[in-house]
This record gives sequence, structure tokens and C-alpha cells, in this order.
Amino acid sequence: MEYIKAFVVGGIICLIGQVILDNTKFTPAHLLLTFLLSGVILGALGLYQPIVDFAGAGASIPISGFGNSLAKGAIKGANEKGIIGAFTGGIEATGAGVAAIILFGYIMAVIFNPKTKD
Amino acid sequence: MIELALKKIGAQTRKMENPPSILSYYSIVGPKEGEGPLKDYFDLILEDDLWGQESWEKAESKIQEECVRYAIDKGGLSSENIDYLIAGDLINQITPSSYSARQLSIPYYGIFGACSTMTQSLSLGAMLIDGGFADYIACAVSSHFSTAERQFRFPLEYGNQRKMSAQWTVTGAGTTILSSTGNGPYVKYITTGKIIDPGITDSANMGSAMAPSAIDTLVNHFQDTGLDPSYYDLILSGDLGYVGKDILMDLMKKKGYDLSKNYTDCGVEIFDKFEQDTHAGGSGCACSAVVYNGYVFKEMAKGKYNRVLLMSTGALHSTMSTQQGESIPGIAHAVSIENTKE
Repeated sequence: MEYIKAFVVGGIICLIGQVILDNTKFTPAHLLLTFLLSGVILGALGLYQPIVDFAGAGASIPISGFGNSLAKGAIKGANEKGIIGAFTGGIEATGAGVAAIILFGYIMAVIFNPKTKD
Repeated sequence: MIELALKKIGAQTRKMENPPSILSYYSIVGPKEGEGPLKDYFDLILEDDLWGQESWEKAESKIQEECVRYAIDKGGLSSENIDYLIAGDLINQITPSSYSARQLSIPYYGIFGACSTMTQSLSLGAMLIDGGFADYIACAVSSHFSTAERQFRFPLEYGNQRKMSAQWTVTGAGTTILSSTGNGPYVKYITTGKIIDPGITDSANMGSAMAPSAIDTLVNHFQDTGLDPSYYDLILSGDLGYVGKDILMDLMKKKGYDLSKNYTDCGVEIFDKFEQDTHAGGSGCACSAVVYNGYVFKEMAKGKYNRVLLMSTGALHSTMSTQQGESIPGIAHAVSIENTKE
């Protein structure tokens, strides 16, 4: 059941992205930022966390889940450390993810060469 | 108003007094083009688009250089016999052409006309020969999917999705050797295009950006020469693709020119849209160049076509102009080729 929920919700998020990409002049970069910022806004309003609680990785793995973590971290930081915490909280909450991205990105870049498309 | 230019007929067309002859031609394509509908016509099909080089840019340079060498060989000449090399490509500062010319040591004019470069080069070459400035000229272009994709669109490793209106840059090179004497086919007319900018800002929709300039060049060619489209056995545009080809046919019909029988587009012909998933068709300097030097000139030699009008089309934007929201200026140059001199 968990898997089905994650599959359906994650699929719907990706479907929204595909529909936008196919029907507007959005580039993939526009879409990425739009989803990230949507996650931040929905997260700050407390609307994204219920989706994560329901769908697990289906909602936390897409980039909007990253936005949600940024917002949650900033709010938590602000509550604990005041205004400085609002700046540091988001990075703290997502720090593990960011470090992993850099490390694995580096490893992949060293191991593989880009190939042409076919 | 001085009017001493005797070869000038009409506003944009020039008639060759001693039509330069096409001495030899050569085409090289990448693996994908080598699986397409025209595969039997290309002189050399690469199995690997890096061709033993360490980068795609180096590979493109090698493809152009080897293509020029093979064309010179095929014409029974050596590189010392060639008076000028007029070459271009799509990459910043046309480095693939200049690095190719570095190896060839032929007096070199590097030109940029984006995907219109093949007919730009043929036009300039024909005028130089008819003007008495040269006996042999090599007109060469190249393009490479992977070099163009990462310069104009996205890094290859990013793996983005391509839009349905996007075209596929042809990997390959084409070279035509023009000569002051010979048995044809001959370059008869050249019509130089003006820039027409319909205001398209989407670089994934170049067919629409280039079609208006192609229409303008065609209309001017027919007005200047007094010819009708039916005069030609084949009229070919460079890389308007499916989107631009339809626009061109529609608008030409509204202007009273019927192109339904003898017109097609190299970008439409080079790939199989359904089998090869190339969306709106082929593009790039090599798209028209390999179709002319692979298919058209070979079929002219066999007598299938006697009179053809070649018109490569170019989108003259840069990555910088696109990022700044500028629209795409389109251009198209036409060159007519005939089997007989008169």
C-alpha cells in the first residue's frame, strides 16, 4: 500500500511537470525552479507536509520535497535561534542532501563520460 | 545611380556569365544519418561519431577536413590546386572549420551563415570563379549533433527532453569542388537572401523562424529570373523541417506559386520521423550539405534531375541573443544548378 501511494502521488507530480513542459514555453530549468519554489511556499503554509506524510518518498523525492524541507528547516531555525536561524535552518535541514548531491555528482563525473543521444 | 554590374539581374539574383562547373563532391555522415532513408547515397558513414577523437569538437573538425580531402581526391586534384577554401560550421567562432583549414593549408575564407552556410559558400565560390579570381574552389561545411546540442541547447549529460517542434542537428560534412571549366553540372543563378525576422524567440522552433526568409528568397528568385517553379525538377530548402515546410508551402501558394509537385526540404528527407524519433526533422549546416553532395548531385549525374534549386536556410541567433530574449533572424540563399550550360 505504501508503495502504491508513493507511486501514484510521485506520478501525479511528474505528470503535472510533463503537461507544463509539453504545453508551455517553459524550459526544464523554469520547471525545476517552479517546482522548488512551489514546495517552499506549500511547505511554509504547512500544506506540503500532509502530502509527504501520506505518500512518503512519492512526495519527498521530487524537487518540491526539497523545497518543503528548506521551508520547514527555516521555520524550525527561526523558532530556535531567531532571525539568524531563519537563514541557517533551511541549509541545516537539507545539508545532508546537498553534500550527497555534490559527492555523488563528482563521482559520476569522474567515472563516466557523456554520450551522444540516439 | 550607377548600374555597371552586368551579371546583376533583378534585386537579389546574379547570373553566371561562365557558369562554374561542379567538379566533384563528397559527403560524410554520422551513424544516425547512416541509418536514415538516404543512407545509400552518402560516401562515408561513420560507425562512431567521435571518430577516434577525444571530443566531439575535434571529431567535427576531422570530419570536415577529411571530407575536403576526399572531395579534392575525387576530382583528381591535390590541395595545392585549390585556390580557395570557403568553409563554415555552427560552433562559436567557427573553430571546427578553422582547425580543419589549419591542416589543409589552402587559402581560407571562414564564413558563418548558420545552417545556410552551404549555399552561402557555393554562392561566394561561384562568383569568385565567374569573376576570374579562381579556377578551383572547395566549398565545405560541417555540423555535429553533440557539439551543436551542447552549445545551443543543453549539456548532453543533462539528458533533457526535446520538444516536438525541435529539430535534430545532422552529424556530417559536405564538400563541393567548383571549377572554372568542366562538364557540369553548372551553377547558373545565385539569389542572396535578406534577413527576415518573424519575431520567434523559441530556439526549439527554428522552422517557423526561417520559413519567412526562405519564402522571400524564393519569390525574389522567381521574380528576378522570370522563371516559374515548374522550371525546376527539384526545389530543395535546407532545414525548415516539417513545421517550416508546411508554412512555406502554404504561404507560397497564397502568393501564387505552386510548389506541391517538386518541392521538399532536406530536414524532412534525411531522417525517418517515425523510426528515428527526430521530431520536426534534421537541421544544421550538414543537413542540406550532405543531401546536395550525397543525393542531389549523384541523381543529377544519373539524369534523374536536370535543373534544381538549392536553398539552405539559416537561423542566425546565438545562445547569448536567445538568453537575452532576442528573436531569431532567418536567412536563406538560393543557388540554381543545371546539367546544361545554356
